[in-house]
Amino acid sequence: MNEPNKNDKKSSLWKSLGTGLAVLAGLIVYAYGFQITKIDLEQLRSERRQESLVRVTRALAQPDIFEYEQVSEAFTAPVYVTCPADGGIVEAPDTSGPYVTVTPSCAEPGEIVTVEGFKFVPNSSGPVRFVPGSDPTNVVELGNDTATTDADGSFSVGIKLPKRPSDEAQFIRVTMRRNVGTPMFTQTARETWNKIIETVFLALLATTLGTILAIPLSFIAARNLMKSVRSPLTSIALSLLGWPLGIAIGYLLVSWVGKLSVPFAENIPVNVLFVALTPILASLGLRWSLPEEETSKPSKTTQTLRLIVLFVTVLIAFYGLFQLANLAINVGLLGIAGFGSLAFLGNFLFQLGDIIAITTPVLGGLATGSALSSFLGRTGQRASEKLAPGAIRLLNILFATLAGATLFGLFGRLVEWLYQIGQPTYVLWGPLIVGGLLGLALAVTTKPKDTLSTGLVIYYVTRTVLNGLRSVEALVMAIVFVIAVGIGPFAGVMALGLHTIVSLAKLYSEQVESIQPGPLEAIQATGANRLQTIIYAVIPQIVPPYISYTMYRWDINVRMSTIIGFVGGGGIGFLLQQNINLLNYRAASAQMLAIAIVVASMDYISSVLREKYV
Amino acid sequence: MLQVKNLTKIYDGGVKALNNVTFDAPKGQFLAVIGLSGSGKSTLLRCINRLIDPTEGQILWNGEDVTAANPEEMRRIRRKIGMVFQHFNLVHRSKVLTNVLAGRLGYVNPAWSLLNRFPKEDMTKALQQLERVGIADKANQRADELSGGQQQRVGIARALMQDPEIILADEPVASLDPVLAHSIMKHLEEINKKDGVTVLCSLHFLDLVHRYADRVIALNEGKLVFEGLPSEIDDKKFKDIYGRDAERVG
Ligand SMILES: Nc1ncnc2c1ncn2[C@@H]1O[C@H](COP(=O)(O)OP(=O)(O)O)[C@@H](O)[C@H]1O
Ligand SMILES: [Mg+2]
Repeated sequence: MNEPNKNDKKSSLWKSLGTGLAVLAGLIVYAYGFQITKIDLEQLRSERRQESLVRVTRALAQPDIFEYEQVSEAFTAPVYVTCPADGGIVEAPDTSGPYVTVTPSCAEPGEIVTVEGFKFVPNSSGPVRFVPGSDPTNVVELGNDTATTDADGSFSVGIKLPKRPSDEAQFIRVTMRRNVGTPMFTQTARETWNKIIETVFLALLATTLGTILAIPLSFIAARNLMKSVRSPLTSIALSLLGWPLGIAIGYLLVSWVGKLSVPFAENIPVNVLFVALTPILASLGLRWSLPEEETSKPSKTTQTLRLIVLFVTVLIAFYGLFQLANLAINVGLLGIAGFGSLAFLGNFLFQLGDIIAITTPVLGGLATGSALSSFLGRTGQRASEKLAPGAIRLLNILFATLAGATLFGLFGRLVEWLYQIGQPTYVLWGPLIVGGLLGLALAVTTKPKDTLSTGLVIYYVTRTVLNGLRSVEALVMAIVFVIAVGIGPFAGVMALGLHTIVSLAKLYSEQVESIQPGPLEAIQATGANRLQTIIYAVIPQIVPPYISYTMYRWDINVRMSTIIGFVGGGGIGFLLQQNINLLNYRAASAQMLAIAIVVASMDYISSVLREKYV
Repeated sequence: MLQVKNLTKIYDGGVKALNNVTFDAPKGQFLAVIGLSGSGKSTLLRCINRLIDPTEGQILWNGEDVTAANPEEMRRIRRKIGMVFQHFNLVHRSKVLTNVLAGRLGYVNPAWSLLNRFPKEDMTKALQQLERVGIADKANQRADELSGGQQQRVGIARALMQDPEIILADEPVASLDPVLAHSIMKHLEEINKKDGVTVLCSLHFLDLVHRYADRVIALNEGKLVFEGLPSEIDDKKFKDIYGRDAERVG
């Protein structure tokens, strides 16, 4: 009984001591924090600060959005400077409309007279000037010279007469400005509108781009889909070799197809003809070479013929793509010249054509790369099933060494290109030898009939890259892209797009990982391959969360695009920052208001859509 | 003809779910698999179509070694093996018709399924199968709008789409009430008797075994403890299968 008690006491003493120490440490941390962040309330009390705070706050409260057309009307009242003999008798003013009086009607220079006005528009204002009688075009400014009418439309200001003595009647002129008509948008408001539209579209493009690329990534970043992907080393090595080889071949081949389209590039009817013909030919070719259903295995000749037809069909499809690009460019150019205010549609077509023309060879390279890689991979798979272990080991040693050397060699080229080291020992021979040796080691240590978990390797690599990129703020990415593609919304689209890809891929893949395994198992059991399993068992399950996350991201992108302009990424942020730097707070206020409205309405729309679809 | 030889499955955690199991399922037989829960019934059925890779042993399907098949051969083998699950395993958000058509995925060209396209004959066939299990009117409803019994019929229709030579049924009626259980079992029986499809069905209740099975195998902790006719299960055999403390109710 005694023992635990003693222990309790001891521990409670330690506990309080620990708590005390923790509190002390906390105090020190916060004290240091105050010091570091320069918390100083004196600053708030200083008069100068308070004045500018008031000024800025007032400016912010009056966003520069509307203005009126102003008309100014001048009203004059005679005055004698130095009183004449008759005491300066002046005509009574016409009191049917607005009028101005000066009392007294004569005085010495330097004396103060009272200028009063009646029947003016309430709450309007304007300058009070002295017009010499001898020289009506000359206007003399006076101190304290603004007249502002009260709620009754009257005003009264005391002004000091200038040293302009004259025998003639001279005049006090009050120019009253008055707003007429309906309010109009100011220049600032129009600029803000343009930029907020740019902002919204920036967010739209970034979200679209990001979503499209994040979806396939999310599948290879999902553990439950990748876990079971295993293949023998021969197959891995061959498919690794297939990628660079296929990309190179495909790029060259498709570029050559592109050259074939050059002679007819500028002829719109020819463009149209090809663009119309291609889908027909392609679908015929595809239908023949990819039969919808097959119950028995086709003969070797049929298979070969099909492959050839498929190959030609794909080439025709790429030719059609080039012609499509040409068509878009040509029509776009016509549009830019002829559509007038709709020239942006022409520009859109032109840019679209350009994008197709640039990306088609890349697409061709990637398609051929993946095709060759999967073909070689399958060949490797078959080889490792059919051949004797000794032969497989030999093949493994050969291909794994080659694949390792190629992989590291390409990596070396990348390093060379990035850092321009210029020493082949480090960027060519070194990587080649190291890669080759690693491949060799893998081939020697792997049992010939063993399969390696390629899926998990791909999964971990993808996850690592995604996590790394995700930790880079979109604003920082924008700075990088501004350097790469120049200041403007394009840099913003790229930065936000990239950030969208990596963060959505992560969120999406978590959804894939949490789907029900039952339907997956059932679809697999029917003999569906991996692609079919994804389409029929995975996708139906992830549609709602994907929509929800895309909405959420679209929301974030609108927010981000409002400030991405701070670093030159386009959108309204650029204008906002500029106006803040120019101390033009009323304009800045208009832009903040615009941001608030857009963000709030985005919030509302996305919540409504989410409720509807999820 | 299905032959299972010395099949052993050890899970990653070290659980020996199957221990040297050997048996045959001749063509056209209705073979029941019984055993307590955790005895390895599901593992056994999933090894046959390689949803689970066995650790050791061999499975011969019409003489072809399933355990050694490559992915392409596996696709060809699997499409002839229909499977029905305890929890139906339908894709909830898809239409009933799409769920049934999924049974053809082993036959159609993967490239076309990207476009969600099935040949016309498959569409007709899917409607026929739904007719056969009595829920043709539900074809265009979402799968999760159906009751349990209806969902299991969709599951059977999906298996039938495969033109199966054998159906693996993993406790197909364990989540259904007794009346529905009989109607589902009758469908399986009809498929077995009329179409000559071999059925390998794990079951919980002995009365269902007596009523529907031609032959029985029993598992206990992964070991095959009985093989024979349903009528041969006497009190002693019963205790071997279900343990000493088990009471015979049915
Ligand atoms: N994926 C798995 N990983 C590890 N152990 C498992 C797994 N699936 C089942 N088991 C274990 O294997 C044994 C047999 O399970 P199962 O085949 O589901 O039995 P039954 O279907 O007869 O209830 C059980 O002990 C179970 O806990
Ligand atoms: Mg089970």
